[in-house]
Amino acid sequence: MIYLIDGSLESLLCAVFEWFERKPGQISIQLEKHHQPDVFRPVLKIYNDSNKADRVWKGLQKKLDKNWMRRFYCTFLSESTEAYQHLFEFCCYIFFNPNGATFNYGNPFVLSLSQISRKVEREKHRMEAFIRFQHAEDGIFYCGIEPDFNVLPLIMNHFRDRYADQKWLIYDLNRHYGLYYDLNRVEEISLNHDEEKRLQVPAASILADNEKLYATLWKDYFKSTNIAARKNTKLHVQHVPKRYWKYLTEKMGL
Amino acid sequence: MSERIREKLNILADAAKYDVSCSSSGGTRKNDNKGLGNSHASGICHTYTEDGRCVSLLKILLTNHCIYDCAFCVSRKSNDIERAAFTVEEVVSLTINFYRRNFIEGLFLSSGIFKNADFTMERLLKVVKKLRLEERFNGYIHLKTIPGASEDLLREAGLYADRMSINLEMPTESGLKLLAPEKSHEDVKRPLALIQNQIIQFKDEKKLIKSTPKFVPAGQSTQMVIGATPETDKDIMQMADVFYKNFSLKRVYYSGYIPISNDNRLPMIGSQPPLVRENRLYQTDWLMRFYGFHVNELLNDANPQLDADIDPKLSWALRNLQFFPVDINIAAYKMILRIPGIGVESAKKIIQARKFGKLRIDQLKKIGVAYNRAKHFIRCSDTPYQLKDYQGTQIKSFILAESQSKYLKNDTQQLNLF
Repeated sequence: MIYLIDGSLESLLCAVFEWFERKPGQISIQLEKHHQPDVFRPVLKIYNDSNKADRVWKGLQKKLDKNWMRRFYCTFLSESTEAYQHLFEFCCYIFFNPNGATFNYGNPFVLSLSQISRKVEREKHRMEAFIRFQHAEDGIFYCGIEPDFNVLPLIMNHFRDRYADQKWLIYDLNRHYGLYYDLNRVEEISLNHDEEKRLQVPAASILADNEKLYATLWKDYFKSTNIAARKNTKLHVQHVPKRYWKYLTEKMGL
Repeated sequence: MSERIREKLNILADAAKYDVSCSSSGGTRKNDNKGLGNSHASGICHTYTEDGRCVSLLKILLTNHCIYDCAFCVSRKSNDIERAAFTVEEVVSLTINFYRRNFIEGLFLSSGIFKNADFTMERLLKVVKKLRLEERFNGYIHLKTIPGASEDLLREAGLYADRMSINLEMPTESGLKLLAPEKSHEDVKRPLALIQNQIIQFKDEKKLIKSTPKFVPAGQSTQMVIGATPETDKDIMQMADVFYKNFSLKRVYYSGYIPISNDNRLPMIGSQPPLVRENRLYQTDWLMRFYGFHVNELLNDANPQLDADIDPKLSWALRNLQFFPVDINIAAYKMILRIPGIGVESAKKIIQARKFGKLRIDQLKKIGVAYNRAKHFIRCSDTPYQLKDYQGTQIKSFILAESQSKYLKNDTQQLNLF
């Protein structure tokens, strides 16, 4: 049996609800947009229903503590079909067992959730570290990113608390939405194609001299703080993987 | 103007880089005044230098003019290098502008001593006060304590800094006297104790009066240069242990000496910094702080030096085979922590998971145990039955044969005859 979901948290939770209503045995969760029909397995399309999703979510809240609710959400944000499947199996396991079942790291789904959520948290932490704002002429500090997982919802509070006195925009170029802070609150926005293009233009061509100065100073600092006698490229690349270099001011034009 | 500031930044960042500390953890300042900055509990490394060290703070000296002549220091009086000094405004504007662009977590401010200790400390204090009071900056500030500065200045600085540190420089008093006759460990201990007492006092007051201001919330740290003088690893770690205990330090840093001078008391320019040794010392430090080892178990008169080819935990286990094999399914947490190949996270998971059933090899591997290393020291529910007891040296050769040290890239192993 295949359950088709649309990739939202609501549809995943509804899938859990539908399974408990029917108990059809082993099922596999698939994304509707990736699904290729085949002859042998019956398919159930999941329709979103916020009441059903709410009931499952409340049920989880009764069973899981705050940390595990966060792990559940983080795993969901990893956006992989495998993760959806594991989340589904995890829900079944949790609902069938008494409280405290999350300590069973011998269970493959408990372990999988704790591992996938760690990956997502790591990506979130990397974004907090590697985002480099550029100061545009209209006073907005902006940055375009392409994270591996959908981490914008996780980094919102961090940036709101930290940069409370400046306007900023963080835009996910892969998922085509971003967060904009206007000194009062953070909004989700999406830009059109041309505006997205402009986010990717290197700073030097569109920005004021001041911006160039601070970029140069930062590059200088990065160079002078290095101890050449201890060069260790392997460790450097391990900490700053090459796929992030395109955002990093200190790595530009080297 | 911009050329001059570039020049200064290059000189003063270059001179500050030998201070290894760059942690930004433990800050508790919250952005509740709609100002700039908010501490991140675990700190953030915004980038890494090409030698693989974290860059989290803007680490600079206020000036590299110095009245002292310590042989191990680049900024020593007798060294013929370019000198520069930042103004207070320059440091503040650099910090704020870097912070706004998310380049850094905050500022690490140190300084050479010009004129005298109080004069220098006053200037440092001015920078921090301007950042906190005028710019409403809530980011991380790590401030160097200048030895010999007056108590009032230190007390005031502690109100604005998140962490304060003062370097021991050499692990033993005699080593320090040899290279820096004007300095002594006493000069370091006095301010450390002063700040420590203040931290305790503020914490006690906080229990009674909620509005008590923060005082050095991220604690104190210190640094030792290793490999410049002939101390053994035992001397170094015992000194570290004493400082952890007496001054409740957050961290002791070990910095492998990088040859910078032709002084014949020191290693020659061009000789390799002792990177492996540094790494082993940090491993020992971690074992003491997080794994419940006492320093004398790892280093004692019989073993005054750490092994270069294996880590200190493995080396302890090989010397104490009477404690092994440990049964994963019944042993206490403290004992599981001591098994080579099992870290804190895995040990915690094992303790929780074994309540649900006996653990097997495949589960241990998935939990994250380095099984190839741990297998010589553990028993779990499906460990194959083994008649032979191996000697420590045999186990060591098994482990070395299947692991490759990143430090010993080109070591030519002697071939076996048989």
